[in-house]
Amino acid sequence: MTPAPGRGRTAPRRTEPVPHPVRSPRRRARYGNYALELVMIAVAVAFLFPVYALLTLSLKEPRQIAGSPLGLPAPPTAHNFTHAWSSASLGPALVNSALITTLSLLLLVVLGSTAGYFLARRARGLGYGLYILFLLGIVLPFQLGMIPLYELVDSLGWLGTYQGMVLFYTGIQLPFTVFLYTGFARALPADYAQAALIDGCDHRQAFTRIVFPLLRPITGTVIILNAVFVWNDFFTPLLYLGGSDRETVPVRVFSFVGQYVSDYGLVFAGLVLAALPVLVVFLLLQRYVIKGFAGGLKG
Amino acid sequence: MSRSLPQPEEIQPEGTPPGGTPARKTRPRETRVREIPPPNPRETRSGPRGRTRPGRDLTVPPWGFVVPALVVYAAVVLYPAVAGVAYAFTDWSGIGDASFVGLANFRALLDDRRTLDSVVNTLLLTVAVVVVQNVVGLLLALGVDAGIRSRALLRVIFFAPAVVSPVMVAFLWKYVYNPENGAGLNGVLGAVGLGGLRQDWLGDPSLALWSVAAMVVWQYAGYSMVIFLAGLQGVPAELHEAARIDGAGTWQRFRYVTWPLLAPALTVNLMLSTIGGLKLFDQVYAATNGGPGTASETLSTALFKEAFVYGKFGYSTAVALVLALFVAAVSLVQLRFLRAREVTA
Repeated sequence: MTPAPGRGRTAPRRTEPVPHPVRSPRRRARYGNYALELVMIAVAVAFLFPVYALLTLSLKEPRQIAGSPLGLPAPPTAHNFTHAWSSASLGPALVNSALITTLSLLLLVVLGSTAGYFLARRARGLGYGLYILFLLGIVLPFQLGMIPLYELVDSLGWLGTYQGMVLFYTGIQLPFTVFLYTGFARALPADYAQAALIDGCDHRQAFTRIVFPLLRPITGTVIILNAVFVWNDFFTPLLYLGGSDRETVPVRVFSFVGQYVSDYGLVFAGLVLAALPVLVVFLLLQRYVIKGFAGGLKG
Repeated sequence: MSRSLPQPEEIQPEGTPPGGTPARKTRPRETRVREIPPPNPRETRSGPRGRTRPGRDLTVPPWGFVVPALVVYAAVVLYPAVAGVAYAFTDWSGIGDASFVGLANFRALLDDRRTLDSVVNTLLLTVAVVVVQNVVGLLLALGVDAGIRSRALLRVIFFAPAVVSPVMVAFLWKYVYNPENGAGLNGVLGAVGLGGLRQDWLGDPSLALWSVAAMVVWQYAGYSMVIFLAGLQGVPAELHEAARIDGAGTWQRFRYVTWPLLAPALTVNLMLSTIGGLKLFDQVYAATNGGPGTASETLSTALFKEAFVYGKFGYSTAVALVLALFVAAVSLVQLRFLRAREVTA
């Protein structure tokens, strides 16, 4: 967890160009650090209370929850988890979520990177106008077009289908994606693509072989940010997929919770199961996720 | 953002033909210079001109690169938004014909208790979330940025809720706010001897909105923290060292070194939390559904109800238009003011 020496910001901070003649303020600062560490850990413990409740309750029988709502589960039971897994039919929902998220990301990366590259290279006139038009989509609340879009999806016969959701997510997240790609592509030297074009590549080849690989860092950011959004979105799948067998995880959880609202142990086991895939992926990739969030949003 | 963009003073011809004028030949080449607007080609020395002999700028991709994205964007965002604006001036109910009613929806909005409450609630909620989330986010960032040993773990802990679905977070917090004896937050308050602070957090109309705000802050404070961290990492250590040598204390170094250089991170954070706050839907819908009464109704939940509960599609789109204007106006004002005070290291 500690960053390797020489990486990140710790290295430059710790190297002192001139040793201080007076050492005592330094040492006092170190004691200050211990105090700060204690404060931060206390904050983290308070911050984790909802998570503690989530985990302990999901391991308790209803009787135990009523008896000692805050205590540790004694003994813990896995019954809630098996019951939640089967009655919330989370399995199919996970498949739906995974499919919709993957396909949306694929389209977002392809359309966003090509458009972003174009808009970076053509930053004047009509190209600039298009860029502004895309930016507008970040600000517009989707509710403004909610009803016409619903009609459009309905008239295509795409309610309750994967392609309806994939189209929706691709469109709704394109402005942000294009914004990130354009910003990154602007800082990219054109010489590589030019060399490829002189060597006889056409634009498509120059892009797929030269430019797209150069866009890799921002592609990572785009994937992370959009994956979190698409996976967690609740309202649109409720509207477009509600009642169908294509429901995504948040929609399934929503109706599951509505059904067993008073049984906290069962409901929380369902929440744990539903949140687990995202959390596991996040913990595995957390370094890139945090970097991606920060980097992508720095604009 | 747009500030660093070249101005559209000259429309750049698409794939300038091989026989174009010399002046035109050089211009497309300038766009390749990164980020900062290129110098006026008329003022540059003849140097670059010689290197553009091929006659056209090879690096400008053809329009086919942007058209597919534009088509999807137009179909999913632009067309529905424009059509939505048109609906806002009709009395459409979702079935049958729509007839044009002019500004009647907007006049009705001014007499509609629920919608007016939701406007006020949305603004209060947004201000609360923006202020608290950013203050907490900044404090967390400063805390985990210091040389404490648990910083990597703490970052992960504070940020984790931001990757979980807001609906699920809302359900979790419904338990935290559980009024039952001994459970949730009230249970903790009782256990640590602060029983006097127990409340019916979501059931009390004067508290419900702030309880929702606290839940949103809990979920996204780590998000703000990460963006502030990125900003803090852009502050050169030498500046701090120099200020320290000059005798600046911790607060002075924060105030005069760190804080000005955090401006870009602050811009991003304020804009994201403001837009997020104004559009807030999932958390309210799942935690309180706007209640009790209209105590926590937001514009997003109100227009959802108008459309899908009461079937007033025209009216609900008018409410959405008001929301859109709010978001656009606030973002523009913020961008103007915040960008103006940004400095670079």
